[in-house]
Amino acid sequence: MDLSKCTSCGDCEAVCPVELESGYEEGLATRKAIYKKYTQAIPGTYCIEKTDTAPCKLACPAGINVQGYVQMVKVGNYKRALEIIMEDLPLPGILGRVCPHGCEDACRRCSVDDPLAIRDLKRLAADRFDPREIEIQCDPERDEKVAIIGSGPAGLSTAYFLARRGIKSTIFESLPEPGGMLRVGIPEHRLPREILNKEIEIITNLGVEIKTNSPLGPDLSIDDLKNQGYKAVYLAIGAHKGIELGVPGENVNGVRQGVDFLRELSLTGKTEVGKKVVIIGGGNVAIDVARSAIRMGAEEVTIVYRRTRTEMPAFDEEIEASLDEGIRINYLAAPQEIVVEDGRVAGLRCIKMELGDADSSGRRSPIPVPGSEFELDVDQIIPAIGQKPDLSCLEEAAGLEFSRWGTIEVNSISYATDYEGVFAGGDVQTGPWTVIGAVASGKEAAESIQRYFDGVDMVEGREPVTLDDPVYRPYDKEPVKHRLQMPELAVEKRAGNFDQVELGYTEEQGQEEAGRCLNCSYCCDCELCVEACLPGAVNHRDQALEKEIDVGAVILTSGTDVFDPDKLEEFYLYKSNPNVMTSIEFERILSATGPTSGHLVRLSDEKEPKKIAWLQCVGSRDQNQCDNGYCSSVCCMYAIKETVIAQEHSHNGLECSIFNMDIRTFGKDYERYYERSKEQGVRYVQARVHTISEVPESRNLNLHYVSEAGEIIEEEFDLVVLSVGMEPAKSAVELAGDLDIELNQYNFVKTEDVSPVTTSKPGIYVAGVIQGPKDIPHSIMEASAAACSAGSDLAAARGSLVKERIFPEEINVVGQEPRIGVFVCNCGINIGGIADVPSIVEYAKSLPNVVYTEENLFSCSQDTQEKMVETIKEQKLNRVVVAACSPITHEPLFQETMKDAGLNPFLFEMANIRNQCTWVHSSEKDKATEKAKDLVKMSVARSAFLEPLDYLTVGVNNPVLVVGGGVSGMTAALNFAEQGFATTLVEKGMELGGSARQIKKTWKGADVGSYLDELIGQVENHTGINVMKGAEVVNAKGFVGNFETEVKIGDLKKTIRHGATVVATGGQATETGEHLYGQNPRVTRWHDLEQNLEKYPDAESVVFIQCVGSRDESHPYCSKICCTASINQALEIKEKNPETNVFILHRDIRTYGERESVYQKAREKGVVFIKYSPERKPVVTEAGDKLEVKIFDPVIQREMVIETDLLNLATAIESSANETVTSAYKLPVNADKFVMEAHAKLRPVDCATDGVYICGMAHYPKPLDESIAQAQAAVSRAINVLSQQSVAVEPIVSQIDQELCIGCGLCVESCSFSAIEPEKVEGKGIRAKNISALCKGCGVCAVACPQQAITMKHFNNDQIIASIRAGKSVA
Amino acid sequence: MTKDVVGSVMVVGGGIAGMQSALDLANSGYYVYLVEESSAIGGVMSQLDKTFPTNDCTM
Repeated sequence: MDLSKCTSCGDCEAVCPVELESGYEEGLATRKAIYKKYTQAIPGTYCIEKTDTAPCKLACPAGINVQGYVQMVKVGNYKRALEIIMEDLPLPGILGRVCPHGCEDACRRCSVDDPLAIRDLKRLAADRFDPREIEIQCDPERDEKVAIIGSGPAGLSTAYFLARRGIKSTIFESLPEPGGMLRVGIPEHRLPREILNKEIEIITNLGVEIKTNSPLGPDLSIDDLKNQGYKAVYLAIGAHKGIELGVPGENVNGVRQGVDFLRELSLTGKTEVGKKVVIIGGGNVAIDVARSAIRMGAEEVTIVYRRTRTEMPAFDEEIEASLDEGIRINYLAAPQEIVVEDGRVAGLRCIKMELGDADSSGRRSPIPVPGSEFELDVDQIIPAIGQKPDLSCLEEAAGLEFSRWGTIEVNSISYATDYEGVFAGGDVQTGPWTVIGAVASGKEAAESIQRYFDGVDMVEGREPVTLDDPVYRPYDKEPVKHRLQMPELAVEKRAGNFDQVELGYTEEQGQEEAGRCLNCSYCCDCELCVEACLPGAVNHRDQALEKEIDVGAVILTSGTDVFDPDKLEEFYLYKSNPNVMTSIEFERILSATGPTSGHLVRLSDEKEPKKIAWLQCVGSRDQNQCDNGYCSSVCCMYAIKETVIAQEHSHNGLECSIFNMDIRTFGKDYERYYERSKEQGVRYVQARVHTISEVPESRNLNLHYVSEAGEIIEEEFDLVVLSVGMEPAKSAVELAGDLDIELNQYNFVKTEDVSPVTTSKPGIYVAGVIQGPKDIPHSIMEASAAACSAGSDLAAARGSLVKERIFPEEINVVGQEPRIGVFVCNCGINIGGIADVPSIVEYAKSLPNVVYTEENLFSCSQDTQEKMVETIKEQKLNRVVVAACSPITHEPLFQETMKDAGLNPFLFEMANIRNQCTWVHSSEKDKATEKAKDLVKMSVARSAFLEPLDYLTVGVNNPVLVVGGGVSGMTAALNFAEQGFATTLVEKGMELGGSARQIKKTWKGADVGSYLDELIGQVENHTGINVMKGAEVVNAKGFVGNFETEVKIGDLKKTIRHGATVVATGGQATETGEHLYGQNPRVTRWHDLEQNLEKYPDAESVVFIQCVGSRDESHPYCSKICCTASINQALEIKEKNPETNVFILHRDIRTYGERESVYQKAREKGVVFIKYSPERKPVVTEAGDKLEVKIFDPVIQREMVIETDLLNLATAIESSANETVTSAYKLPVNADKFVMEAHAKLRPVDCATDGVYICGMAHYPKPLDESIAQAQAAVSRAINVLSQQSVAVEPIVSQIDQELCIGCGLCVESCSFSAIEPEKVEGKGIRAKNISALCKGCGVCAVACPQQAITMKHFNNDQIIASIRAGKSVA
Repeated sequence: MTKDVVGSVMVVGGGIAGMQSALDLANSGYYVYLVEESSAIGGVMSQLDKTFPTNDCTM
């Protein structure tokens, strides 16, 4: 596809006949072979799915595009089917009847059920549309003439293909009628003469002359033809001479060669036929003779064949038909002598044969069985054991070479003989072969003859193409559907006539049969899309290009595959029951653009389910069934989300149950969502389902499981969703191999904890799930981190290759009358499914100043954007209103479109008729339409008053300030410095290192101490980093690119100017008063345990209690790292002394991702895990020297008492961010006091304040590797700003008119962003002054001003009042 | 940094991670080749309906 030409109109898709399963819709819907991946896809252009040439086409000697015409038959486009066929074959109706169809043997459908009836479909096309009506494109006529000897398929084909090349030919035929073997070799019941005559006309219609009764011989030699001006001669005289049996008595009356018999019958309509006829041979001629003889009145027709049916070369369907018609076949018998009486045949003596070893043809050779002679009573014997060319007419032709089989020798590619200018093909060259073979040779000869005339090498570039390991569309999910039988003339109606036996498919039958095609090559090359595409964007001849690109670094983000539950079919019934679906399929069911348009229905009966079960850990945490020992890290979250969204979609109430081992909601704000879902009625069942069975009729699913309390339960569900995990993609593994980078035990790209985005190969970085299972925010963090790492390598070349985007010059609209264009979006069905969009468009037309209106399916799609630019220009619009969704998400996109059209982006206005209208009024369609009209009216009214605004730019200082000297802060500082940005690192304490100082090893075993020493050394010694220890940020002002931060060291205060800030203030474990902590020295917290282990070296048992003061009211979130940390400590204890009893008391074990392996290992080493609920927390008491921990064990349903020497508590982690820092940079914190990111999902590193970035535990508790990645990500994000000369500031700011200002100071007080300051104005006293770069455009100052001296740009009084008035008038 | 370095980066995969890497690099002065196997960028995330935990529309 030419991306620049495609307008995404979809006309191509509408005509494409090939329906394929949509990968985007997870196979729940179909799409065409030409398709757009999804409606809002970027790029928004169509593409064609193609693969290797289909086996049917490869198997066809003429190379016909079989898949193409089969698809055309499927859609009833017989004309196009014939056009495709006749590209390579001039005789569609003939071959549609007599072709041996090697394509069907190659058909991959053979592996599913039966081959496609390809030949019969070709016939259907020719039956339904007269092939003579097909327009044949011919090149301009040339001067050279060609003589063709023989009007059989080879001769006709050569003439046809020569004519298309503009070369005229004359065919010389020895018989009185044209057609060669087609006429005299194939009886009419197989090939009606009208079909033959009609299709010969196709060739003569192109100006080819056929001279009958014109044999080559004494009166017409090749030299004569050359003398007559024929520049080339093509010999296609066929093989019309029957081969003799070589038995005594062959020359008597009553013995007739099969080919002679058929020829006479064809030409005269009669021939001598005996009463008891024996035909000798097993090929099609034998059968043709036999079936003709029986039609001519023979009483007994027997075929004598020396091998068995398996070896018989005749078509299977012909043998079948002959048996139907009463013909007997005497297998394993050979003639020995013809019994002659009175000079006439009186019998045939035969001998029985048996099969010996295979001969050169691969068939087993028949060997006579001595003494088994027998005699047949016959009065006519017709040998049909083969034919050969009759070369008598060529005896004079010097220069021709003949093979030992009596055929003409040619070059195998060009078909040129050794006689200059003479070519040969068809049976005279190959010996008796197929019609399609003859056609193919004619096509090739035509090419050679043209090359011969042009003086071009006849062979070059024509070697046959072979495919190694071709790739085709898989058929493993194809349901069995048998081939449709060809309707036939009833047997009793066949006697005494030569009526056609095979009657041909009806249209319905043919279309159904064609629908069985597997579309092996995906696209069928019918090229209907080429005709449909008005801009001419489709090019089927496009070839894959190999390009070599020099790059400085590579980042791998190729993702993973979703686990395929087909592998565990016996257990999950995923293939066999449509009510078992994967979670990603369920996402599509929930999606408004999905296969059910967002309607919650199950696939078996399209009814809304009332009870759904989610099964967690399918293909995850499962070493036994699928070798995926890791946790996929995302499934708990998406399953909970799916329950919540499904409940929203449900009309009649929905029961949702999640079957799980642990619920792992370990991320920021995840636990809250989990808790909320419980309040909404989502049921969590801690059990692994052991059997799933189908309920007959309803096709519901019975889940069998054992409850936590040990009860055996069987529960019925309408729908089962498999929460499938991630799996390394095969392609990613191959890519890793090609790039020579190391993978880990699960085939994810191997990285180290201290360098989480660095692969084993320098210059290649990695991000996202190809590195290990993770969620979207984490993937995004790594993506920025990888960008930072690549940027560090390439800093010297920054800016050397970038190209700047150029917008057209802005049109000055000041003073112009408003010309408003209104574009109303359907947003798929989000808006259009509820509100009446055409009536909104109609209404918009009536509004003042509106000069243009339009309706779009998706206004945000790339093609619509491009069209919009053109429309704005054509209609000379100077204001644009898009009635669609939220400006928060889409205004920037449309503003770019405005710029592309030469308009100031602030002349754009959005009416949110989706989020604020159709989404919230989905049950009141009429009212929603009315409200949408009101919203459009208000937007139109306001837009008339819009004014162009200019972006302010402010210069950027490029030094940076990093607050916090832990691993995150140091990593950030070092990466900035390495990329040449002067960095100040402020650390509150007297030492760098932060909380990592307490950790010895990461879960992967990295030595944290030595890593930290090295990092501290690098940071302290780097000339680009100014490390300030014992220093605190006390105040800050300024804005992105221009911060001024006041730092206090002891009594000294220092002001630092910098362009960006990274907040890395870390986190810490909380104190607790629970479980005797602080009262008994044997109770420790976190890593204090390690000291206690030294203090009590003889400890026989150690108990860990998880979630102390965590996931409760005091800290209603999961601290993420504690499970892994405690298990790591437990393993260390077990390693030192395997006899130590170690217990971990937990609520869920959250060893997410590959951390699951340590959990697995701990269980193997004998660490005991006991789950407790927050309602029955463990109780710790002192017991003499030791401690006693009482806990209710849900598995044995009893309270247990554990006597222990040591107890360690995993308390919650909280943020260390102090309020001075957060308030200095105006950073919002969440309810748990962690600094909030700009967007939880998509901007996990940016803060709400531009130019400030967050990383490490100040953002949320996280392990070392994630802190490092986030720190690197913060650097990348900051450098996005710091690498610019200046940054643009949003122009929607407040503007003070100092003439009206009275200096009251109310605005200064009301501004939360310090964006207004008082200033002394000469002669006026104090007046307010804007600092626009700090202004967020909130408008509070304008409200506060008693003088109305403050105007909010883009939201001025005129604009707002116009909008309100428009709204009021409709109310 | 004495040797000649090329100021461009190839990002393999156009899912959410690839897009973010590409944007960051392009915005900080590097030419990016974003290579995606399929016909559109967006990756698996584009198939999701809503996102956890904000229930935002994925598109």
